[in-house]
Amino acid sequence: MTNNRSWIPYLLILPSVAFLGLLFVVPLVQTIWLAMSDNGMPSLANAERMVNDINFARSVRNTFLLTIVVVPVQLCIALVMGTLVAKVGRGRETILWIWTIPLGISDLAAGLVWLSILQNTGYFNSALFGLGIIERQASWLSYQTPVALFLAIAIAEIWRGTAIVMVIIVAGLNQVPKEFREAAEIFGAGPWTRFWRITLPLIRPALQSALILRTVLAFEVFAVVYALGGRNFPVLVGEAYYWQNQNQNYGVAAAYAVLIMIISLAATLVYLKAIKVDPERLP
Amino acid sequence: MANIVIDRIRKSFGSFEALKEVSLTINDGEFVSLLGPSGCGKTTLLRIIAGLETATSGDVRIGEKSVIGLPPKDRGLAMVFQNYAVFPHMTVYENVAFGLRMQKAEDRRVKAQVEKAAGLLHIEQYLDRYPNKLSGGQRQRVAVARALAVEPKVLLMDEPLSNLDALLRLEMRTELKTVLQSAGTTTIYVTHDQTEAMGLSDRIAVMHGGVVEQVGSPVDVYNHPATRFVGGFIGNPPMNFIKVPVANGQVMAGADQLAVPREAGNEIVLGLRGEAVELAPPQQGLEMKVRVAEPMGSHLLLTGSIHDQPVRVILPASETVKSGDTIGLKLDRNRITWLSPESGKSFPAVAA
Ligand SMILES: Nc1ncnc2c1ncn2[C@@H]1O[C@H](COP(=O)(O)OP(=O)(O)OP(=O)(O)O)[C@@H](O)[C@H]1O
Ligand SMILES: [Mg+2]
Repeated sequence: MTNNRSWIPYLLILPSVAFLGLLFVVPLVQTIWLAMSDNGMPSLANAERMVNDINFARSVRNTFLLTIVVVPVQLCIALVMGTLVAKVGRGRETILWIWTIPLGISDLAAGLVWLSILQNTGYFNSALFGLGIIERQASWLSYQTPVALFLAIAIAEIWRGTAIVMVIIVAGLNQVPKEFREAAEIFGAGPWTRFWRITLPLIRPALQSALILRTVLAFEVFAVVYALGGRNFPVLVGEAYYWQNQNQNYGVAAAYAVLIMIISLAATLVYLKAIKVDPERLP
Repeated sequence: MANIVIDRIRKSFGSFEALKEVSLTINDGEFVSLLGPSGCGKTTLLRIIAGLETATSGDVRIGEKSVIGLPPKDRGLAMVFQNYAVFPHMTVYENVAFGLRMQKAEDRRVKAQVEKAAGLLHIEQYLDRYPNKLSGGQRQRVAVARALAVEPKVLLMDEPLSNLDALLRLEMRTELKTVLQSAGTTTIYVTHDQTEAMGLSDRIAVMHGGVVEQVGSPVDVYNHPATRFVGGFIGNPPMNFIKVPVANGQVMAGADQLAVPREAGNEIVLGLRGEAVELAPPQQGLEMKVRVAEPMGSHLLLTGSIHDQPVRVILPASETVKSGDTIGLKLDRNRITWLSPESGKSFPAVAA
């Protein structure tokens, strides 16, 4: 009976497999070929050209730096927000709705919002000037102020991307019955202990998903950087874009794309290993 | 001293009143069962005592000290949750040890206590497993062991043995009782199982619709229910309620005249335990039409009617009564409860 029908599940996932194959695997193979070939012959020329470009090392460093700073901060903020919102009774939906507004704004628009705040004639400078802290317009986003530029981009990214982490964490928290926390409380665990020893381990699957998603997205950061810093702050996707558009060199652009993919896959693998989710230990 | 005083506790969820002025005093070291149908507010009351829920009004005192506003961990109690709440990400050992770890007990003591509690509940062989690999009954025992391991002054248990098979439950409850008694633990024990409540408790509190209808020793509650609800809820078969006419302060039961309380009107409800009768000659006894006679081995269960009202009585297995017979019953005067037909409350017992 069950044996006869073992093909049914495969049949059911066939459409999505076909869809993925057509729109994902084919372009992927093409991109890899584009990156690893030269005039129709296999070659590492594109990769070589990419690595020897003056912006390559900077873009790798910047992308990693941004990810390392942004993702943990986002995770912490999201955990705090998620825990807070879980405690709220009435008005919970409204708070969630407001907090997720940045999620609905496209990344380029988000970048432009922060540009209007931080550019020379922006709101931030006006406010500082109004308060008498600065005497004339300060510049935050130029290549002469790399730290300020980095912070500006990081803050914009944190503002833009924390909501998605929070949504996943709230969903995870909802999966944990309140009795676990209550039992811990009865047996003498304070708020910190409850958080570290009970809540956090029980939302591991949500943490894992949120981290994978957020990290992969962080490696793909582009529009916010483009809006705020242009090429003053080169990042990997930005370089791929410039090679493709400005330099019309699809091969090197493809090499960047492949590199980003490899980094993302590696990060995912690291998370899967580091935050093991053992179904046996879930509620 | 860890006596518990529950003083006029009310609890509303929105417009729904889950507890309507519940008062109950539990003495130090006493074992009190909360017995009542589903939804009557047993869990809500336990959660208020534990501090997991805030009462709408009223006071809870543990050891003469009001604990309202005190967080659960400062109330010096342990609890077994109705849905166990055994931590899935910790081994059984760590679950049982949890309370002691929070108290920063030294490893040697943790180990000794865990082994003691696990031994008592027969879960030694699962100590290094994770709870998800355990059956419901096994998990439930982990929850009980976790509560016992901290040797609490006050123990709240919400249907702690509900998932065990009859045999194991009997064994567990006897052992539980022994341990708690020798430790002098003040215990509130929620259960649906009335034999469990009867067997374990010093006193039983019968709850119904957010109200404690009666508190008393098991024998008291069984023989002299305060309300029609209590009589019907406790005992198997439940108490029989027969509405009978009153003449000159007397009720005729066959040839016997039974004195009724002075407060009675023209009619009164006679509350009769099924086994508080014996067979009498038809003319002398109270007439019962037997519809079904079921020999149960240890006794004979008769279902039928008295005064056209349904009743169930129990006779010794040696009697021979068949379905369709009409028999006479002699009632045991001392085991009759008189109730008001209007309020359903029982009258104070009359001197025989
Ligand atoms: N958080 C809540 N919000 C609204 N109503 C609630 C809440 N908790 C309990 N109630 C209601 O209060 C009543 C009492 O619930 P409680 O859990 O105390 O019943 P119980 O006696 O423990 O029942 P059971 O034997 O089925 O466990 C129920 O009618 C329930 O629907
Ligand atoms: Mg309950």
